[in-house]
Amino acid sequence: MTAAIAIEGLEVVFDRFRALKGVSLEVGEGQSYGLVGESGSGKSTLLRAITGLVPIDSGTITVNGKRLGKTRDKAFYRDVQMVFQDPYGSLHPRQTVDRLLQEPLAIHGIADGEKRIERALDEVGLGNGFRFRYAHQLSGGQRQRVAIARALILEPSILLLDEPTSALDASVQAEVLNLLEEVRRRRKLTFLMVSHDLAIITHMCERLMVMQNGEAVETLTASQLIGHRVSEDYTRNLLRASEGFVRTA
Amino acid sequence: MTASDAGHLSRREWLLSDRPASRVQARLGRAYVAWRRFSANRLALVGLLIILALVVVAALADVLAPYSPTVGDLKNARLLAPSAAHWFGTDDLGRDIYSRIVYGSRWTLYVVILVAVIAAPIGLLVGTVAGYAGGWTDTILMRITDIFLAFPKLVLALAFVAALGPGIENAVLAIAITSWPPYARIARAETLTVRNSDYIKAVQLMGASPFRIVLRHIMPLCISSLIIRVTLDMAGIILTAAGLGFLGLGAQPPLPEWGAMIASGRRFILDQWWVAAAPGAAILIVSLGFNLLGDGLRDALDPRSGDQ
Amino acid sequence: MSDTLLEVDDLRVTFPTRTGLVQAVRGVSFSLGRERLGIVGESGSGKSQTGRAIMGLTPPQAEVSARKLAFDGMDLLSISPRERRALRGNRIAMILQDPKYSLDPVMTIGRQIVETLRTHEKVSKAEARERALAMLQAVQIRDPARVFDLYPHEVSGGMGQRAMIAMMLITGPELMIADEPTSALDVTVQLDVLKILDKLVAERGMGLIFISHDLRLVSSFCDRVVVMYAGKVVEQIKASDLRDAQHPYTRGLLNCMPRIGFERHPLPVLDRKPEWAA
Repeated sequence: MTAAIAIEGLEVVFDRFRALKGVSLEVGEGQSYGLVGESGSGKSTLLRAITGLVPIDSGTITVNGKRLGKTRDKAFYRDVQMVFQDPYGSLHPRQTVDRLLQEPLAIHGIADGEKRIERALDEVGLGNGFRFRYAHQLSGGQRQRVAIARALILEPSILLLDEPTSALDASVQAEVLNLLEEVRRRRKLTFLMVSHDLAIITHMCERLMVMQNGEAVETLTASQLIGHRVSEDYTRNLLRASEGFVRTA
Repeated sequence: MTASDAGHLSRREWLLSDRPASRVQARLGRAYVAWRRFSANRLALVGLLIILALVVVAALADVLAPYSPTVGDLKNARLLAPSAAHWFGTDDLGRDIYSRIVYGSRWTLYVVILVAVIAAPIGLLVGTVAGYAGGWTDTILMRITDIFLAFPKLVLALAFVAALGPGIENAVLAIAITSWPPYARIARAETLTVRNSDYIKAVQLMGASPFRIVLRHIMPLCISSLIIRVTLDMAGIILTAAGLGFLGLGAQPPLPEWGAMIASGRRFILDQWWVAAAPGAAILIVSLGFNLLGDGLRDALDPRSGDQ
Repeated sequence: MSDTLLEVDDLRVTFPTRTGLVQAVRGVSFSLGRERLGIVGESGSGKSQTGRAIMGLTPPQAEVSARKLAFDGMDLLSISPRERRALRGNRIAMILQDPKYSLDPVMTIGRQIVETLRTHEKVSKAEARERALAMLQAVQIRDPARVFDLYPHEVSGGMGQRAMIAMMLITGPELMIADEPTSALDVTVQLDVLKILDKLVAERGMGLIFISHDLRLVSSFCDRVVVMYAGKVVEQIKASDLRDAQHPYTRGLLNCMPRIGFERHPLPVLDRKPEWAA
C-alpha cells in the first residue's frame, strides 16, 4: 500500500515558539486518519504545514509519492483540498455560491464548469436552489456544505478537515459528518481530520494520533481506543473527559 | 389592492428573495438592499439630487445657458447687477455669470471625474498590493505614501503645477497625484483585516496566484470604503481645484472655472458682490451635495454594518 | 418546592426586525429552587435570551413580558432599573462563554474582583483584597497573589474563566446564571471548571441555571434539564431520567452525537417536525 501522506520529523517554529516538535505520521491511500488534541497541541498547524500556509523548519512531507518543497504548485491543489473550521469565515462575504464554486474551476482552467457545479451542489445535498445565494443567506450547516462542495469541485484525492463541525449544532454536526463519510466512500478519498473531540475522531477515522504541545502522545487504531487499550495517561484523561461530568462526592 | 400594486409587491419580493434563481437576481437583490438603506436617508437623497442636477446642467449647458460663457458685451453689460436678463448679473468683461456657471459645471465635473479616475485606482492598487504582499514591498510602498502625506495637499499641488505649468489639465494631474495616498492607506488597512481570513486562505489553497487574489478577492472588499472616501473627498477636490484656479494656477482665462471666477470677482467684492458670490454658492452647493451623498453611501455600503 | 428561588411563567422576548416582530422566547415557564437546572437547546432556540431576560440584560430594543418573573418573591419586571442593578452582580450573577469578552482588558483581575465587591458592599480596601484572594483560592487558582495582579490577557482561557467565576461569586449571589461557561475551554480544563462550579454551588446552596448546547454535558452536571426548541420549552425532565425522554427532539439531540463505543454509520439525524415549534 502506498502512503497518500507521509510526514517525517516535521518541525514548525513561529518566532521561537516550537508549534510542532518533530512529528511523523503516515496516512495510507483511502484511509481516514485523525489528529486529536487540545488547543496548542499543533494539530491544526500540521494541516496548515501540509497545505503550505505555514512554512516548515525541518522534516519532510510527501504527498502521493511526491516530496513537497517550499512552495506548492497548482497541481498539488488539485490533489489536496481543505475544509476550514469556521463556516462563517471561510466563505467570501461578497460572492454567491456560484461564484465561490466557479473560482477553483477558473483558476485551473476546467471547461465543464456548469456540470461540475451542479454535480457538486447535488452531492452535498444543496441542489441548484442555493446556487445564487450569498453566504449570509445560508445557515451554518449550509455554509459548511458549500465549503465541502468547493473542496470537492477540483476532484482531489485527499481532503484535509480542520474541525469541520465544531462550530455547528449537534444535529447539524451529525448531518455534516454523515455527508463527509458518504463522499469519502463514493470518491474513495483520503481524510486527514483534526478535532478536539475524541468521539468525533473515533467515529470518523480508522487510525488516530493524540497530540499535546506539538508532539505526538500516541498513535492508536479506533478499535484500540474503543476498547480503552491506551497506554498514555493523557489519552486516558481525554477519554474520561469525553464522557461528561462525573460527580465525585 | 390593484393589479399594479400586486405587480410592484412581487417585484420587491423577487428582489428581496432569500433564494435568488439567477446571477442577475442575486446581484440586483443586493443592489436593491443597498438602495433601500441609502434612500432611507433623506439628506443622502438631497445630495444625490444635487449631483444629478450638476450632471444634467453640464450635459445641457448649450441649451440652458442664454449667453456665451467666454464672449461678453463689454460696451453695454459690464458689472450689471442680477436682473431678469442676467439672472446672476454680469462680470467685469460683460459676460453673463449665470451662463458661465452653467458652463463651469462641466469643468467641475471634469476635474472631479478625472481625479477620481486617476487617484482612486492608484491608491487601491498601492494599498492592496502593500497590504497583501507585506514585508519589503509594504515598507517601500507605504514610505512613499508617507512622503506624499507629509506635505499639505494644496502646497504639494502648487509645487506640481508650478513644475508642470499652469492649466486645468495640469491642475487635475497635480490634485490626483496628491490625493491618492489616503486611499492607499484605507485600502491597505482594509486588506490587512481580510488577508488572514479563512476565505482568502481558501482561495490560496485553490492555487490562485497572488495577483488574482488581490484583484478578484481583496479589491472588491476595499472598493466600498474607497467609494465612500472618494465621494467625501470630492468637496475637497473641488475646493483645491478652485483654490488653484483662484491662485491663477488652475484654469486659465477665459475658461469659466468657478474658482477662477471667484478670483476675478475678488476685486469687486465690496461693490459688485454677485461676481464672486454666485460661483462661491455654486461651489458650496456642489460640495455639500457630495458630502451628503458620501454620508448616505457610508450607511448603504459600509462593510462593517453587516450584509443585510 | 418549598423555597422557590426563581419563578418564570410565560416569559416572552420579542425583537423588532426589518421584517416585523420576532419572538426569540415564546412563553417559557419553569421554576428553580436551590438546585442545578440545565437549559439546553441549539442555536436560535432562545436559551441565551431566556438567561439574559432573567438577568435583565436583554438589548433595549427588545421587549420582555411574562405573566410572572419573580426572584425570591420580587417581581423583576416591575422593580425600578436601579433596584434591578442592585440585584445584578449582588444576588444574581452571570458567567458568560468567553472570559476574554467579559473581563475588562485594562484592569487587573484582582482590581476587577475588588471593585465588584465594593460596589455592592461597604468594605475596606484591605478587607476586599483579602476576600478577593480567598475567592481566587476557592476557584483553585494556585497562586492567587500573582494572578491578582495579572491582566486578563496574561492568563489562559481556563484561568480567565475561573477568575470570572471568582468575580461573580465574591458577592455571594443566590442565583447564578452560567451561559455556556465552558464551551470555549479545552475538554480537560472544562471538567476542572465544572468541578469548581459544582463544589461552590453545593457549598453555598446557590441556585444555578446552566445554559448550554451540549445535552450530554448538561445532563451529567445538572439535576434537572429544560430542553428548548424554537423559543419554547419542549420538555422538562430530571437529568437522571434523560434516557427515557419523551420528546423526539430531546431523543434526537441525544442520539445524534457520536459516542465512543457506540458505532452508528450513518449517525441518526434529527428530522425536524414543524409541530415542535407550534
